[in-house]
Amino acid sequence: MGVVALLSSKDVHRLEVQSVGKDPRAQIFLQDAYDLGLVALCEINIVDVYFIHGDLSSENRAVLEDILVEPLLQQASWGLTTMPCDHFVETALHAGVTDAASQQLRRIAARLGISIDAVTTAKRFDITGKVDSCELDLLVRKLLANPVIEYWSVDAPLVPVMPIGAGASLNSVQVVQLAADATDAQLQELNAERGLALDIEELRAIRDHYCGRGVRDIELESIAQTWSEHCAHKTFRASIATDSGEVVESLINQLRETTRTIDAPFVVSSFVGNAGVISFVEGTTIALKCETHNHPSAVEPFGGANTGVGGVIRDVLGASHLPIACTNILCFGPPDTNGSNLPDGVFHPRRIRAGVVAGIADYGNKIGLPTVAGAVLYDPGYTANPLVYAGCIGVAHGEYVAATPRPGDRVVVLGGRTGRDGLRGATFSSMTMDATTGDVAGASVQIGDPIIEKLLIDVLGRGQHLFRAITDCGAGGLSSAIGEMAEGVGASVELSELPLKYPGLSPWEIWLSEAQERMVVAVSDVEPLKEVCRVYGVECTDIGEFTGDGRLVVHHQGDVVFDIDTHFLHNGRPQRQMTAIMPAPHRREMSRNEFESVFGEVDIVLSLEQLLQHPNISSKEAIIHRYDHEIRGATLVRPLVGAQQDGHADGVVLAEPLDTHGIAIGIGVNPWFGEKDPERMALSAVDEAIRNVVAVGADPDKVALLDNFSWGDPRRQTTLGQLAAAVQGCCAAALAHAAPFVSGKDSLNNEYFGSDGEQHSVPPTLVITAVAHVPDANVTVTPDIKEPQNVLIVLGHTFCEFGASHLAKVKNLSYSGVVPDADATAPSRYRALHRAIRNGLIRSCHDVSEGGIAVAVAEMAIGGRLGVDMTVCENATDAQWLFSESNGRFIVEVAPVHVAEVLSLFAEASCILGIVTEKSVLKFSDKHVVSVTDLCNLWKTQQ
Amino acid sequence: MEDAAVKKAPTAAVLCAPGTNRDADVSFALEQAGARPMTYLMSDIISQSSCIDDVDIVVIAGGFSYADALGAGRLFAVELEASIGERITAAIKDRRPVIGICNGFQTLVRMGILPGAEQSGALGHNDSGVFDCRWIEMAPTSDKCIWTQHLTENIVCPIAHGEGRFTSTDSTLNKLIENDQVALRYVNGNPNGSIYDIAGICDDSGVVLGLMPHPENHVVARQHPKFHRGVSGGMGLALFEEGVRYARN
Repeated sequence: MGVVALLSSKDVHRLEVQSVGKDPRAQIFLQDAYDLGLVALCEINIVDVYFIHGDLSSENRAVLEDILVEPLLQQASWGLTTMPCDHFVETALHAGVTDAASQQLRRIAARLGISIDAVTTAKRFDITGKVDSCELDLLVRKLLANPVIEYWSVDAPLVPVMPIGAGASLNSVQVVQLAADATDAQLQELNAERGLALDIEELRAIRDHYCGRGVRDIELESIAQTWSEHCAHKTFRASIATDSGEVVESLINQLRETTRTIDAPFVVSSFVGNAGVISFVEGTTIALKCETHNHPSAVEPFGGANTGVGGVIRDVLGASHLPIACTNILCFGPPDTNGSNLPDGVFHPRRIRAGVVAGIADYGNKIGLPTVAGAVLYDPGYTANPLVYAGCIGVAHGEYVAATPRPGDRVVVLGGRTGRDGLRGATFSSMTMDATTGDVAGASVQIGDPIIEKLLIDVLGRGQHLFRAITDCGAGGLSSAIGEMAEGVGASVELSELPLKYPGLSPWEIWLSEAQERMVVAVSDVEPLKEVCRVYGVECTDIGEFTGDGRLVVHHQGDVVFDIDTHFLHNGRPQRQMTAIMPAPHRREMSRNEFESVFGEVDIVLSLEQLLQHPNISSKEAIIHRYDHEIRGATLVRPLVGAQQDGHADGVVLAEPLDTHGIAIGIGVNPWFGEKDPERMALSAVDEAIRNVVAVGADPDKVALLDNFSWGDPRRQTTLGQLAAAVQGCCAAALAHAAPFVSGKDSLNNEYFGSDGEQHSVPPTLVITAVAHVPDANVTVTPDIKEPQNVLIVLGHTFCEFGASHLAKVKNLSYSGVVPDADATAPSRYRALHRAIRNGLIRSCHDVSEGGIAVAVAEMAIGGRLGVDMTVCENATDAQWLFSESNGRFIVEVAPVHVAEVLSLFAEASCILGIVTEKSVLKFSDKHVVSVTDLCNLWKTQQ
Repeated sequence: MEDAAVKKAPTAAVLCAPGTNRDADVSFALEQAGARPMTYLMSDIISQSSCIDDVDIVVIAGGFSYADALGAGRLFAVELEASIGERITAAIKDRRPVIGICNGFQTLVRMGILPGAEQSGALGHNDSGVFDCRWIEMAPTSDKCIWTQHLTENIVCPIAHGEGRFTSTDSTLNKLIENDQVALRYVNGNPNGSIYDIAGICDDSGVVLGLMPHPENHVVARQHPKFHRGVSGGMGLALFEEGVRYARN
């Protein structure tokens, strides 16, 4: 860990702070311990510990104590106190992991003239209850600490490791000898030794490029980063031969070609740079991006999700837009997973969920952006490999120009300091995980600092005229950011200029570091930008020049340590040649007789109750409340709506308080369809995302899409076939709706070798994000039903489509028929619905998806705390009609006076479902009646 | 004509630390209420400590100042105290309205301005132990507080905090009640476990208000969470209008 001093405890002042009354956080730990099966625990008490190294007078101590202790709530003591408990555990963050508390304590001490050399913050957990040493170890590793970011001591005081001294780098470059005739075996050995995660063809290309000249470590690492699946999207760019003899030149080109064919006037920039850019209103552009942070979230849920949010916000900043909102889609193992059956090295799904949600909340809430839209999915396939999708939307005013650096511009790094954070993050995320991943990947996961990024946003907002081009530092760090910007221009930089978090970094580590909260800008005049940075307290470092000679040259203390032809770096990678076996999904539609024989007797009320309790459908309120969705005052259709503000909206609408228009965001995702029929999954996910934005009032002719694929290992031919089929579905659906894709991302190799020796893969998970224009911000719609006597009408066609449906899930059926197909009549229906909404005919509107019409009407009733009498509808006792998950459908609420008009507008497919009643019961028939309160309680029991 | 109106508009200094993030929202609310807000970052405040001397209203905006890394509002309080503590005291003495919202409230409490001299109050972790964002309703209950004394309607607005549980000694609570310093109380549910359902309190002079909820996020009608159910809102604006009206007179 570079130059760090290990200090004996007598050199260090130890301040303990704990709650006077019950610490509300302790109860949460205790509950989590129960979930781990440690039911013998009676009490966990939390003590915050500050190790302060410095020559402190008693006055100094008093001042610090005054800052750190709120006497009404907390008590403090200097030195080690002993509490009556059975065990105690002390944990602290590894040196170099972001620790805002210690940074702030050092800063404020300096401000107040108190001399402190170093601070380490720690936590002590006093544990009461009968636990043996095995259980204690489990408690520590699975709950109280995470070896990836923390160290600890059990039943003994922690000895803090404190980094001291300024950050000087090491001038050490290793040269890797790569013989011109190195064999494949030798190349593979190098591959494994350095964790490069490259294909053999790529290793050969490097060998041939260097022709026996030595390769510097920093060059080799840069190539591996640039060519990683994460950065280069090798599978999406591969030439794929399918088993039917077809050759697909590249999946990404299919998506691009589709966008070109649609040729939507509102697309400004697609599939270029950090984010897609669209414009619905003249003079304003919107940037949109969604990213995944799956592997980091598996090994360090809080940090992984936390930095995932930070990263996608920087993508939007890197597209020269200021962020306005965040989204997230989370996939976990089932909350009731038996903890004792977990593969080695895997956290319990509840622990992962708690960490991920806290990580997203921490970043979004602190940076000051509303976290507005999302989804939470549960499946055993995500237990070992959770998925975390983080999205961000930004706006910019004026004409959008994707600028590139000019020769002579300075290379300036803004924001956080550089450390060993996230080294090899890009190659890490391109590797399959195994039981040791959590240990070896230590450096690959980090914790974010949202305040620094908030200040970066402010600097970029105020100083946007002060730089020419901008890129974020994401996977691959400076190597990828400067590498991208220098493409075609060339750059020369000096690494020793960069401020470091701690000493001892080698040049390759600085160059590849994925330290968070940094941006690279190309600037012609650095001084004015420095002045803005000074005001906000953001570090701004000039490290070199864009040269114009096309070469990328990196120096360290004056020596050239890296000199690469950017053409080789960016274009030298041989295209991957892959083969795929295309899926052959079951496509024969189920007859009514077959439905009855497969599903047997379907008890409508019981099935509805089971569906509402299913974790995929049940209330997500507990998670949504953790996110600030109100900041900026622009969240017009909120994630939580209705009479008690606990119903779930289909999409959300954002509109600045005084704007006449807004944007809607909708999500479509259904991995269970993907397991059975990936092409139809894509058709359905696109349709669902568009339904969700149309339902809240967006114009179906102004919808832009993002695609995010999380898949298993694409080198398995059937897995690649599923991916190719899903891309075909995406393209077909985009064309049908004339909704172009503007950006996307793929995360492959979401697989895990369990200790059982079996390979676990996530279900093929395509997330579609739709961002659409809401022409009138005063005319938006929510799904909660509004008023007794109003009439509910189902729009769209219902087919016998139960493949991978949730009814099949609650009935534990593996075969359940076909996955829903696209409905060719849907686009015109969406336009008609939009006109009806604009004309004020629609009081509420809900899209029909998981659990079908029955679940949709129940959700509308729960949202409005009203009832529905469906005895007028002859289909209301037909299980096939009530639970099918066919695409293209909505339920709308219409005032009695407008019923005839609405029915005529949708003559091709509409059916009266029922009448809204004051009495809050769902009445399917005289025999099938259920109270909305009961349904609501069932819907809220999970969480 | 317009120029004259702008000139007459009271000025408001919105004080921000690194991590303050509801400054834009409160500035918008102040503008809607007829004030002229100006944002001051901590670096401005340090280099230009006279910045609040000529303003009519002092606002400490919400957010996560210094990441709340050592406890909510604690470092902001130390920094403000060290830089313009006396000038804030002078503003209060001049009966210029002061408001601290959420993190600003936490800061005023840590500075000792609220509840006031020889009283002791604090804002602790929510009962739930976690950050919570939800809509609440609060009733104006003080005739002393210049921000709330003429309010006739309850305010519906969001909370968004992890450390909003107001707590105090029994004697302080009794004093606050006797002294009419309880300015805003949660009704129809207490979201964080605050004693006496306290959402906001004022100082003894009545010009300083601290509150956890965010009225600045409910200043136009369509921001009401039941707007789609036919309810028109915007009632957070009234509170800012009260402060602006007081400053103008």
